[in-house]
Amino acid sequence: MIKYFRTHVLVCVDPECLSKGAHDIVDALNDELVATGLIDEVQVLETSRIGACSQGPEMMVYPEGVHYAGMTVDDLPYIVEEHFLKGRVAQKFILPIKSIKDEELTAPTAKEIRVVLRNCGVIDPENIEDYIAQDGYMALAKVMTEMTADDVINEIKKSGLRGRGGAGFPTFLKWTFTKQEKSDVRFVICNADEGDPGAFMNRRVLESDPHSVIEGMIIAAYAIGARQGYIYCRAEYPIAVKTLNIAIQQAKGLGLLGENIMGTDFSFDLEVRMGAGAFVCGEETALMNSIEGKRGEPRPRPPFPSVKGLWDKPTNINNVETYANVPQIILNGADWFASMGTEKSKGTKTFAMAGDINHTGLIEVPMGITLREIIFDIGNGIRDNKEFKAIQTGGPMGGCLPKEYLDLPVDYESLVKAGSMMGSGGMIVMDEDTCMVDIARFFMEFTQEESCGKCTPCRVGTKRILDILERICAGHGRPGDIEQLEMLCAEIKQDSLCGLGQGAPNPVESTLKHFRDEYEAHILEKRCPAKVCKALIRYQIIENTCTGCTVCARNCPVNAISGERRQPHFIDPDTCIRCGICVQVCNFNAIEIV
Amino acid sequence: MPTIKSIDDLKRIREEALKKQEMKSASGQKQIIVGMGTCGIAAGARDTMKAILEKIEKDNLSGIIVTQTGCIGVCEMEPIVQVQIGDGPKVTYGKVSKDIAARIVDEHVLAGNIVKEHMVNI
Amino acid sequence: MTSKNEKDRLIIAAVDSAIDHFGENREELIPILNHVNRTLGFLPSEALEEISNRLKSSRSQLFSVASFYHMLSTKPRGKHVIQFCESAPCHVVGGREVWQTLKETVNLEEDETSLDGKWSLITTSCLGLCGVGPVIVIDDDAYGNVTPEQIKDILAKYSD
Repeated sequence: MIKYFRTHVLVCVDPECLSKGAHDIVDALNDELVATGLIDEVQVLETSRIGACSQGPEMMVYPEGVHYAGMTVDDLPYIVEEHFLKGRVAQKFILPIKSIKDEELTAPTAKEIRVVLRNCGVIDPENIEDYIAQDGYMALAKVMTEMTADDVINEIKKSGLRGRGGAGFPTFLKWTFTKQEKSDVRFVICNADEGDPGAFMNRRVLESDPHSVIEGMIIAAYAIGARQGYIYCRAEYPIAVKTLNIAIQQAKGLGLLGENIMGTDFSFDLEVRMGAGAFVCGEETALMNSIEGKRGEPRPRPPFPSVKGLWDKPTNINNVETYANVPQIILNGADWFASMGTEKSKGTKTFAMAGDINHTGLIEVPMGITLREIIFDIGNGIRDNKEFKAIQTGGPMGGCLPKEYLDLPVDYESLVKAGSMMGSGGMIVMDEDTCMVDIARFFMEFTQEESCGKCTPCRVGTKRILDILERICAGHGRPGDIEQLEMLCAEIKQDSLCGLGQGAPNPVESTLKHFRDEYEAHILEKRCPAKVCKALIRYQIIENTCTGCTVCARNCPVNAISGERRQPHFIDPDTCIRCGICVQVCNFNAIEIV
Repeated sequence: MPTIKSIDDLKRIREEALKKQEMKSASGQKQIIVGMGTCGIAAGARDTMKAILEKIEKDNLSGIIVTQTGCIGVCEMEPIVQVQIGDGPKVTYGKVSKDIAARIVDEHVLAGNIVKEHMVNI
Repeated sequence: MTSKNEKDRLIIAAVDSAIDHFGENREELIPILNHVNRTLGFLPSEALEEISNRLKSSRSQLFSVASFYHMLSTKPRGKHVIQFCESAPCHVVGGREVWQTLKETVNLEEDETSLDGKWSLITTSCLGLCGVGPVIVIDDDAYGNVTPEQIKDILAKYSD
């Protein structure tokens, strides 16, 4: 039979905590438990990644979820007596921010902090009681009973919350502008049209903790004076739509949505709107056109949505993650939120890490963390021990940053200054084998296809850029191509109607800036330094290494390889389609790419 | 459930929900949680869930609560199943096929032995 | 073979049920089109005509909306629609091979519908299931970690 312990103590034994004597803590704690006769009731376990190694040594006590840090061996008798014998929390050593609820799997690495993702994978998203048990809707209750609309906006202002959808506009300002506009009708919209390839932070929040978004929206509606809200969710997320609809029904059932919320005279209703598959609908004005039942094409701004938004009424539109932060700010206070992050970028941000990195997946980190910490400490470095080459932040409209930027703090301003952006939070890590011209071409292909076609700079300009990039990759680059690309980028950025066009040149501009030599090698020397662009590489058999085993010749799909058995073989470059099968099947590493 | 008319109503619901959770752990309740986000379902979580429910029905087991949660965050390990017995630590299993699910019920939930080779530790 | 009248009846019924559900309201156009598209598999011109009459909205307007969104189709679609995620994260974990096998198995290229009307093959943008890529979606069912060898078995589930 399994042995039952009433209490589990998890002591962090990460390198940083170890250096501060975590093993001594474990030993001393066990001694103390033996001495007090509690050893059969309290189990001490070693763990990693509790979250506050800088203040270590640290430990978590379950089931209470109390987080102690900074204690010494001499403090243990006190903690054992207070907590395990008398059942009182030893306040002196408690760590104030309690954001970690599930020690298993979801335990953040030392550098992660969970605010937005705190409930994900912990609660049953289809059961509102689970959310309420985690202090859900307590922020709404506080707002309804203690705060005026202006109080709410002030608290958000003090917190420094900025839009998590990309541009980082101060949330309180958007709310204020929408509130100030003279109108009898106002709307709040949640932009849940997360379309960047590889980014699924919002899907996770919507599917796993829908009420946090709903609660944030109700609070926003109260602050702004809106009676109707919409969550615009992409049709590619059917489960998120289902979960949201269940959550809305349950909230209505409890009187947390609908008429006279929590018995007050404030009423607010919420509806889920589904997209129908168009990337550009993530742009706020295109999104509003889509809700109105039109083509999802962007509108010129100004007027901004806060002035003339949905059905020409003042409209506040925020991203999923922005709304999910709101209840936590109200509940824990603006100061708590502002204590995380940098001077201008407060709080945490979720990122989806992909590419040539050891640990892919979702993370939530405080703003201001460096790219190096994200890639090497949390992401555990580059796959197969290869060299880091570049990181692309901000999705398909972001920029690629080379290794000189590894110590760049991740905040809105720093990323823009470096030629990239925060975007919604996609991060793609690239190793030494990546061709930056090919990458620029790849992203351009995406934005070009998703361009809605309404404005000429974006519709035609992206196509021209793509043509030139394809030509360069195909080995037909011409002197002057680089200059022409630069000119096109500048003009598309300046003249496009919406964020898609304005951001589309970023991958090209940033790679031109940081990897210009690769473009030059492609154009002038007809050479692909990363050996990716097929037209610019050649497979060649190393004569001295080849044993003449004929495996390559037998596997070549186009019969481009010839040679006598036991004699070095030869690849005919004109017939070869550069599929790379010969490299895969050769047992002697006798085929090189030149 | 009656509607919430005041902060006290909300607190009452919270206390009741917490009490329910505490009772589950205090009585040594056996809980199986299946990650049912889209990623989980795409990786076969529905089959896993079905296998667990069928196992419980076939063997006529009682006192086991099967619930679902959203995306746990390590999608590459889906389908993910977590087992918690009483207030013990939550044990997480990754890539849980129908057969592994049945094993987890037999060995962990019933006999109390963690199925180590399928445990996920990150 | 369904007769012309039978076909018309089905189309009217689909439009009716959509408008009953969402209301006779221009704002509800996209949900209505989505609903009809789901019921009939695509948006035949007769359906657009009927919707245009009911919502008092011009056909050209309706067509401009219907042709804008990837998920709405004005061309007939097969009984089962196979969506393949063509985004980079799926591409790099073996998506290309799955796509190849998929095309060979149903004998279709992208955006084609089989002659017997059983399958349509389309690509989709990122489904956010990158952790379990490559991903294909058939009708409403998402399949993750797909290998070329599994394609046959997965398709066999849709034997009707």
